[in-house]
Amino acid sequence: MASLSDAHTRRVFLKLTAAGAITLATAGAAFANPADVETLIQKMTGGKKPSEGRITLDLPTIAENGLVVPLGFDVQSPMTENDYVKSVHIFAESNPNVQVADYTFTPLCPKAAIQVRMRLAQTQRVTALAIMSNGDAYIARKEVKVTIGGCGG
Amino acid sequence: MALTVTPRVRMPKTAKAGDVVEVKTLISHDMESGYRKDSTGKLIPRHIINKFTATFDGQEIFSVDWHPAISANPYQSFYVRVPKTGLFEFTWFDDNGTTYKAQQQVTVS
Repeated sequence: MASLSDAHTRRVFLKLTAAGAITLATAGAAFANPADVETLIQKMTGGKKPSEGRITLDLPTIAENGLVVPLGFDVQSPMTENDYVKSVHIFAESNPNVQVADYTFTPLCPKAAIQVRMRLAQTQRVTALAIMSNGDAYIARKEVKVTIGGCGG
Repeated sequence: MALTVTPRVRMPKTAKAGDVVEVKTLISHDMESGYRKDSTGKLIPRHIINKFTATFDGQEIFSVDWHPAISANPYQSFYVRVPKTGLFEFTWFDDNGTTYKAQQQVTVS
């Protein structure tokens, strides 16, 4: 009967795949993941849960070229000495480095709105986090489909 | 790396007091992400512009920290208020310690 040797090869195979999975996991560690974004958001808001709204995120639904993806945002705020947008942070959760840009505004800015060009490695969700002068946090997210990836390669 | 890094700024030269104007900036730079490999498979070291600031008469009004996910030849637009005649200065900070500057005098009529 071949069952004994079958069982043996299966055991060897399982051992090998297990080892393979570990190698893959370590290799994957070089790439960031969505959890990193949540950790960064927690750190920037001081644990406060950001609310939806006030941010208009201007991103294409489909980006033909991941190397140059136009990104714009506009955060609703009176931009006065007592009530203004302190900072806006942009994250791309499936890029090698999830951080894209960190904007610092002052009451001297008439509005917290910008346009920039960013790289996206693959189809993913882009997050904008706005921190107000009173500590309130707002969040907006948008999924962008990338046809040709940017970063690396 | 481009031979020369040229910063460009486009904004009105005259405005009414209190006007809100859009500033458009562009700088030629490879923004090497540090994640690309050369033909021999070796990682190309990171070399980007990591910070941009805008000041009016020496006072900072806007700044941004850039990460490798910013495209080559970074374009950045934003809005400023022109309270009076004065000098807008723009500075880009390179990873290698170099700074690139541009300025624009705006006259309030």
